[in-house]
Amino acid sequence: MSDVKNQDRAGSILLVGVGGQGTILASKVLSLGLMRAGSDVKMSEIHGMSQRGGSVSTHVKFGPAVFSPIISEGEADTLVAFEKVEAARWLSYLRPRGMLVVNDYEIRPLSVLTGAAIYPDDVIGRLREAVPGIIAFDAGAVASELGSGRAQNIVLLGALVRCMGLDYVDWETVLKDTVPPKTYELNLRAFEAGRAWGSGSCQAG
Amino acid sequence: MRKILTGNEAIARGAWEAGCRVAAAYPGTPSSEILENIALYDEIDSEWSVNEKVAVEVAAGASIAGARALAAMKHVGLNVAADPFFTMSYIGATGGFVVVTADDPGLFSSQNEQDNRWYALHAKTPMMEPSDSQECLDYAKDAFEISERFDVPVLFRVTTRVCHSKSVVSLGQRQDVPIKPYERDPARRVMTPAAAKVRRYAIEERERKLREFSNSCPYNRIEPGTGRKVGVIASGISYQHAREAFKDAGFSFLKLGFTYPLPDELIRRFAEGLEKIYVIEENEPYIETFVKSLGIACEGRSVLSAVDELNAGIVRSSVLGCKAEQGPPSGVTPPPRPPVLCPGCSHRGVFYALSREKNIVVSSDIGCYTLGVAPPLSVTDSVICMGASVSAGIGYQKAFASAEAGEPGRKQPKVFSVIGDSTFFHSGITGLIDAVVNKSSSALIILDNRTTAMTGHQENPGTGFTIKGEATARIDLARLCGACGVKPENVRTVDAYDIKAVSSAVADARAAGDYFVIIAVRPCALIKDVARSRAGVCCEADREKCVGCKACLKAGCPALAPDDGKITIDRVACNGCMICAQICPVGAISRVGEFYE
Repeated sequence: MSDVKNQDRAGSILLVGVGGQGTILASKVLSLGLMRAGSDVKMSEIHGMSQRGGSVSTHVKFGPAVFSPIISEGEADTLVAFEKVEAARWLSYLRPRGMLVVNDYEIRPLSVLTGAAIYPDDVIGRLREAVPGIIAFDAGAVASELGSGRAQNIVLLGALVRCMGLDYVDWETVLKDTVPPKTYELNLRAFEAGRAWGSGSCQAG
Repeated sequence: MRKILTGNEAIARGAWEAGCRVAAAYPGTPSSEILENIALYDEIDSEWSVNEKVAVEVAAGASIAGARALAAMKHVGLNVAADPFFTMSYIGATGGFVVVTADDPGLFSSQNEQDNRWYALHAKTPMMEPSDSQECLDYAKDAFEISERFDVPVLFRVTTRVCHSKSVVSLGQRQDVPIKPYERDPARRVMTPAAAKVRRYAIEERERKLREFSNSCPYNRIEPGTGRKVGVIASGISYQHAREAFKDAGFSFLKLGFTYPLPDELIRRFAEGLEKIYVIEENEPYIETFVKSLGIACEGRSVLSAVDELNAGIVRSSVLGCKAEQGPPSGVTPPPRPPVLCPGCSHRGVFYALSREKNIVVSSDIGCYTLGVAPPLSVTDSVICMGASVSAGIGYQKAFASAEAGEPGRKQPKVFSVIGDSTFFHSGITGLIDAVVNKSSSALIILDNRTTAMTGHQENPGTGFTIKGEATARIDLARLCGACGVKPENVRTVDAYDIKAVSSAVADARAAGDYFVIIAVRPCALIKDVARSRAGVCCEADREKCVGCKACLKAGCPALAPDDGKITIDRVACNGCMICAQICPVGAISRVGEFYE
C-alpha cells in the first residue's frame, strides 16, 4: 500500500446497526477526515421511519473520484456492524476477502421480544467461519470502561481506521471539529482504544 | 471553500446564493432538511407551512410580488400542491420560483413510489435533476434565473439518494437580487377562463423556447466514450450509478440535468453512429418513452425493473450481465427488525387501549403512529395519505351503517379515525368539518405529541413556535374542534399515558350519538427537553412480584424483555412512561429515579 499516495487510495465502507446507535456520527467523522486528506468522498444515509429502532445503514465511499454514493452487494471493502445480527443481515454487501468489524453486542428486535422470532445462537462464531478478516469485540464495554457506553460508535470507528490503514488522516482534529466539546476527551480515548483493537488483525486484502 | 454537504444542505445553500428571499415547506422525508437549512439564513424569510399546497401558494405570492421564492416538499406533497402548481405554470414567475420535489425510489419513508418527473410534462414546467450535492447547489442557483428568463416555475426534482447523500461542494457567494418593483397585471394573474386561454397559447410558445434551451444548455452534455458504440442516457442519481457501473466499458454518456423539455436534437445527435443505447433511470420510463417517440431504439425497462432504487451493481448486472462476487454466507438468519414505536412513545398507550376494544375499525394516518399497525398492537385497518384518516372514517361508517340497515341484528364496527397533531393541521381539519356537518357517527382521536415527530421534530401550528424558533400563536386543538361544530361535551382531552382515561373516553365516544373527538396529549419522548427531563427516570420490574405472565409485552415496548421467565426493563432505553406498569396485573412495575427540571 505504501507506494500509493493517500489521496489516490479508494475504498468503500458500509456501517450498519440499529436506529439510534450513532452510525451517522461515526460516518460523519469518517467522511470529513477522508475529505480533508484529499479524497473525493460520498456518504449516503437513510432518515425517516427506519430510524425508529429499525435496521439502518450508512454508506461511505472515497477515492480520487467517486460516482455512486451507495455500495452494491459484494462491493464493500469493510463492513462495520454496530450490532452482531446486523452483520449477518448485511453480509452480502461485503466483497470476498473484505474486512468485517463487528460489535459483539446484541439488541433483540421486538419480533424476538414478543416471541414471534428467535435471536440466532453463536452469531459471532458463525461470522468467524464465513469471514476470515473479522474483528469482533464488545465496543460498548470498551466505551463503558472509558466512561460512557454511548461512545461505542467512536470505538468502532477507531478499529475501522486501523483495519483500513487510514491512520494518515488527522483524526484528532476531525474529532475535535465534529463531536460536542464536552465529549471530546472521552471520544478521543474511545477512538484510541478502538484503534488498538483494530491492530494486528488486518491481513485481509 | 470546500465543504461536505448533503443534497438538501446544498439546495438550501444554492437558494441562498441565488438571492432567494422567501421559502416555505411542509416537512416530509427526504425533503425536510432543505427548509431546516434555509431557516439558518437570516436573508430568507422561511416558514413551515400548514401543508404543501399552502407552501406553494406562499411562494407563488412572493414570486408574483417580485421576490425569488422556493417551496419544498416530498413527492406526495406535490399531489397536495398540484392545484396551485399547475395554474402557476399559466401565471408564470416574476421573481424566480422554484418548487422542489423530493421523490423516494425504494419507498424508504413513503406510502408510494410515484415518479414526479411526469408532473413537469403534465404542468409544462421546466425540470432540473441534479445528481450530486455540487449540482444541487449549482442547479438551485441557476433555477431561479431560468424561472425568471422563461417566466415559469421550475420543478427541481431530487430523490432520496441525492437529498441524503453527502459529497464535496465548493461554495460561492450570495448574489444580491433586488425585489422587482410590484406591477399589477390582472390580465396575466387573474385566471378567468378568457385570461387563462390567452396564457394557454403563450405556454405553447414557451415550450418551444424551453426545448431550444434544453438542446443547448450546459446541464445536458455528451461525454464521449472510447471505442465501443454503446451509449447511455441518464439523469439524477442514475447517472452516478451508471458512470460507476460502466467505468471501464468505454461507453458514451448523455448526461441530462435539464429534463423537461427533453433535448430532442441533442438526443438525435448523441444517437448518431451508436449501435445500442441504454436509458438508465429509476422507476418510470420517463426518458425512455421520449427517446422512443423520436424513433430512436433504446433499452430501458427491457433490462431494468421499474420498482425500487438502482445502484451500480444492479445497473452492471442488468446491462453487462456480470454480478459482483460475494463472500460465503454466514448461515445466520437475522430476525426481522422493522421500525418500532420508541420506548416512552406517547402513541403506545392509546394503541394499547384500542387493542383491547372489540368490534372497532381504525382508520389511521401518516406519521410515526402508522406503526400502530405492527404487532403486537396491530390495531390499524388502513392508511392512505395525509388527512385521509378522518374523511375515510366517515366513509367507513357510512358503509357500515348501510350494512346495518340491511341486517339489523348484526352490530357493525365503530370507526375511530386516528391522526397526529401535525397531520391534523395539514389536512385533517377539512375532514372534521365534513364529519360534523354530514353527521358522521365515526369518532376521531388526535394524537397530540406537540411536534412533527417522524420527519425530525419540526414545529407545527400546535407548538407555538415558528421555524426560526420565535414564539407565535399556538392553535388550541380543543377550541378548534369546538369551532368546527363538535359539541363541547364531545371533545375530551386526556393524558395519552393514562390508559384508563383513554379507554373511558373511547367508551364515551362509542355511546355518543354525535361526532366525538378525543385529544390524547403527551409530548414526544424524543423532544430534547422532554428527553432531558426524563433521562434520570426509568421503570423497574420487581422480580419477586413478576409472575411472568408477559401481559406487559402486549404494549410492544422495545425496552421490555423476558429473561428467565421474568420481565427485565432496559434502564437506558426506558424513560419511565409507566404504560407497562398500568398493564401489569400484579403491580410488579414501578418508576425509579427523579425527573430533572
